[in-house]
This record gives sequence, structure tokens and C-alpha cells, in this order.
Amino acid sequence: MTTANSLPAVDQSLLYPSPLKEFWQAFAHNKGAVAGLMFMILIVFCALFAPWVAPYNPSEQFRDFLLTPPAWLEGGQWQFLLGTDELGRDLLSRLIHGARLSLMIGMASVLMSLIPGIFLGLVAGFFPRVMGPGIMRLMDVMLALPSLLLAVAIVAILGPGLINTVIAIAIVSLPSYVRLTRAAVMGELNRDYVTAARLAGASLPRLMFITVLPNCMAPLIVQATLSFSSAILDAAALGFLGLGVQPPTPEWGTMLASARDYIERAWWVVTLPGLTILLSVLAINLMGDGLRDALDPKLKNAV
Amino acid sequence: MLSFIARRLGLLIPTFFGVTLLTFALIRMIPGDPVEVMMGERRVDPAMHAEALHRLGLDKPLYAQYFDYIGNLAHGDLGESLRTRESVWHEFITLFPATLELSLAALLFAGTVGLIAGVIAALKRGSLFDHGVMGISLAGYSMPIFWWGLLLIMFFSVWLGWTPVSGRIDLLYDIEPRTGFMLIDTLLSDEEGAFVDALQHLILPAVVLGTIPLAVIARMTRSAMLEVLREDYVRTARAKGLSPARVVFVHGLRNALIPVLTVIGLQVGTLLAGAVLTETIFSWPGVGKWLIESIGARDYPVVQNGILLIACLVIMVNFVVDILYGLANPRIRHQR
Repeated sequence: MTTANSLPAVDQSLLYPSPLKEFWQAFAHNKGAVAGLMFMILIVFCALFAPWVAPYNPSEQFRDFLLTPPAWLEGGQWQFLLGTDELGRDLLSRLIHGARLSLMIGMASVLMSLIPGIFLGLVAGFFPRVMGPGIMRLMDVMLALPSLLLAVAIVAILGPGLINTVIAIAIVSLPSYVRLTRAAVMGELNRDYVTAARLAGASLPRLMFITVLPNCMAPLIVQATLSFSSAILDAAALGFLGLGVQPPTPEWGTMLASARDYIERAWWVVTLPGLTILLSVLAINLMGDGLRDALDPKLKNAV
Repeated sequence: MLSFIARRLGLLIPTFFGVTLLTFALIRMIPGDPVEVMMGERRVDPAMHAEALHRLGLDKPLYAQYFDYIGNLAHGDLGESLRTRESVWHEFITLFPATLELSLAALLFAGTVGLIAGVIAALKRGSLFDHGVMGISLAGYSMPIFWWGLLLIMFFSVWLGWTPVSGRIDLLYDIEPRTGFMLIDTLLSDEEGAFVDALQHLILPAVVLGTIPLAVIARMTRSAMLEVLREDYVRTARAKGLSPARVVFVHGLRNALIPVLTVIGLQVGTLLAGAVLTETIFSWPGVGKWLIESIGARDYPVVQNGILLIACLVIMVNFVVDILYGLANPRIRHQR
């Protein structure tokens, strides 16, 4: 009997695909998600290489070119592709540098809420009698306030500025991570593999972070994308209200706030920063949808 | 049912105290000396400083300060504005109808358009209309509404001149505030054309404020309808020979409405947060604009208790939605 030797070569495509490849196939199936990803790559590129990509320094004022319209319009100058603002600053350069700020705010606030959120959620899930109710009630209280309003309140107390914007947004998005982690942990704790790990003598931190946590990551990653986009929106809203990043820093929302006075004669200073915010948030939300479908088919019909 | 309401009420109490703790703590987190911050001047005379500290009750231990705060709240005393010397409650209650009118108009807009678009999208699943509705609602969901407001003002008010730019009514009209709702007050008054003018002022802000709820409602209606239309009883209704309209609206939509109503209830928080932005853009004299202006003026009693009042409002609405949901769906009522 010939066995191993005579078997045909294993067809590689019949093997289990690597998790990464499987994920990518599911993600790439969603056209919107891929489009969102492409746009985000563009934005990230601009943000990373802002000083080289942007034609000018974002705060350089060209006094002879106040409120120049975009290049393709009458009176436009090719040296200012998207026109200039009320102080003669190049709009394109400001938008590109603004991408830097928005992405930084988004990333910092997601990290600052994700890590404590996961920790609190794990604690609440592992100690449902002792710590759970207290933590969850606290989160309910935070959820009782509309997120933007809570952020406004926090910034009102701490004072406006970049760091305080990040802190406010991080605090506001904390409850959703805690709730998601706790719910996922409660679901996992009854599984056999957790019991097995317990019987094998796994310590509590090991049980928490190595056994259970990786299995709870899917909804958390999706939530992180969604709160990344809402962080950008909230930061822009705070900037618009004059409570966020202060001028002359080229933040998208702050740019809109100062553009309000020129609504009657310079549509581009009003339209372009907002369009950038909308497209970035839309791109991230599209990516989030794709991630959700790829990572967790169960969540597909959730709103 | 009663025990269900009692259980939910029981959950309400700790949340309420939590919110008071939060607003209490917020004010104590102001960096710097509270007296100097509130008086707005540096280096107050030490005797006056001590006197002010005592008058504000800030020389007591923290827990005593908190009990004072709760005691005042229980007496309905929400403090007075540093700017106008008016009681915070009085200011809130005079401005609130404006916000309520705006929010109701926004909800009406979002509800009607969202329901109709969602139902049609579900019925024509996969069609161009369906993709269009889903695409637009995704964009609406990602919309920075402060920019959306500016855009609409630019288009409809500045270029086309169809609607006024700001406020609730033209200064020409002298409307006596009887109900606080401009639409009703203008109808009650005998000023000619006032109602139409008030309506014109209301349209743009309502559309702006309603945009995000509209997106959420349209998506939710679509997915709820799709789910319901697959049910056996819908097939039975069709097989009985009922008219398509009757199947869709009586058998389908009525059942699909339950999750949609919950989502609408949950939009109240979004509406109030959106009101802050919308009222600022359109100079709408409501609670949101009042809060932002108070923050700018460092009017801390207003900020503190204005936020408390809004939080209580959101808690109450969520409570009512919960109860209604329990009424509509016995499975929720009997959980646990």
C-alpha cells in the first residue's frame, strides 16, 4: 500500500486561508469599504507628509491674494489651487495640515478611551457582583448626557484647546467600550475553553488578557473605527463652537467658524473644510461597515 | 406591568444622583480659585474672599457641599445666573419652548421622510432607489451638521433668498409669547403674515437638526420592514388576497414600527446635542444657544444646572420610551 508518497500535491487553495487573507477577502467584497479605505490612505498620506505635500506653510499670509477663488474659477490663481481665505492663507495647505490634527485627535482620543474602557469592561465582566453594578451605573450616568453636550461641558470646565478636546472626547466615548467589553466578556466566560483555562490554573490577569480578551476584540475594533469618525466630528463641532482647537491652528471645524462671516462672498472657504470633514467621516464609516461585515457576521444587521 | 415600571423607576434614582454628582464635580474641577473665577477679578481682598467663600458655602467639607447642592435642588432652587441675576430655572423654562418647537419640527420632518423612504427602499430592495436612500442616509449620518446648516443658509437664504437667515420671527412682528411656541403664538395673534414668517424661519433649522435622525430612521425602517416582510403572517395576508397597500401598511409597517419608535426615542439625545449647534448657526433663541453663551461668559451656575436639566430631560424621555416599549412588547416586560 502506497500512502503518503502517491498522494497528489496538496492544492494550496483548499487549505484554510490565513486569517488575514480571509479577512481581506471579506473586506474587499464590500466596494464602499474599499473606497473608504482608499480615501483614508490618501488622507493619512497627506497627514504624514503634510509639510512636503502642502504647497505653502498653512499660516503664511499672502496679503495681495485675500479670498482668491479656486483656480478653475474666474479670478482664480493656479498657485492657489483651492483658493485662499480671508487672511490670504492657502486653503489647500490648511486643509492638508488640518488632516494631521484631525487624525491625531481621533487617534489619541480612541486610544485614551479604548484602553481604560477595555480594562473597566473586563473588571465589570469578571466581577459581576462586586464591581459590575458600580461601573455600569457610572457609565449609564455618562450615557444620560448627549455626547457632544458632555464634551462641551468638560471643555467648558477645563478650558478650550487641543489637549482638552482630546480628553473630553475620550471621556465621552468611554461608556460604549466598557459596555461592549463587558457584554462580550460575559458571553465568553461560560465557554468551555475558559473553564479549561481556569482548571489548568491560569492566573486572573492571564485569564483576562490572554484567554478572554482576544475573543472579544471584533466588536471593539468596529466600535473603535466608529468612534474614530465621531471623534473627528465632535472635535470639529467643538472647534466650530470656539471651544476646541483655537485659531490660527488649521483645524477643520475652527476654519469653518471663521469662514462664517464670508458666507455671502466666498463660498469656497465655507464649503471646502466641511466637505473634507464629511468625506473623511464618510470614508471611516464605510470602512467601519466593511470591518464589521468581515470581522463579525453576527453584527451585520445591527444598526 | 406596574412592577416593570417600578423596576425601571428604581434604576432611575441612582442615575439621577449620579448625574447630580457629575454636575457637582464638574464645577469643582474648574482649575484655579472658584471665587476668583466667579467674580472675574484677580486678587480679591482677603476678607471679601473669605466672605464670598462662606456665602457660596465653599468653606464646608465636600460632602456637606454636595448635600447643600442636593438640598437646594430638592427645594427647586437651581441658583441664579451670574450675568442676568435671573433664576436658572426661569431662564430655562422661557427658552425651552423654542428648543422644543425646533426639535419637534425636526422630528416630524425626520419621521415622515425617514419612514416613507425606508418603506419604499425595503419594498424595492436592490433597486436604484434603495441604493440611493442607503447612500444618502450614510452621508447624512456622517454629516457635520454645523456645516450642513451653513451650506443650506448659503444656498436658500443668500443665493435664492427664499428663507430668512436667523432667528424665530421677523422683528417687524410683535408677538405676545402665550405658549412659547412661535407657530401657535402667531396663529393666536392677529398680525397678518406672522405665521408664514415663523414657518419660514423654522424650516431650515428643522431640516438641519432632523438630518441625522432622518438617516437613522430611514435605515432602521428599511431593515425592520425587510425583516417583517419575510414573516409568515405577511405571506398569509398576501395569500388571503389582501391589497398590497393593506399588507404593507397594516400588517407590515405596524409591526416594523416597534424598533423604529425605540430608535426615534433614542434620537432625543442627538436632537438636544444637535440643538446646541443648530441654534448657534441660526441664532435660534433656545436652550442650546443659552448654554454655549453661558460657557463663553463663564456663567457657571447656568452651565452646571442647565446641563443637569438637559440630562434629566434625556433620562425622562428614555424612561418613557422604555415603558412604551414594554407596553408594545410583552417579552421585554417579563425579562428577568
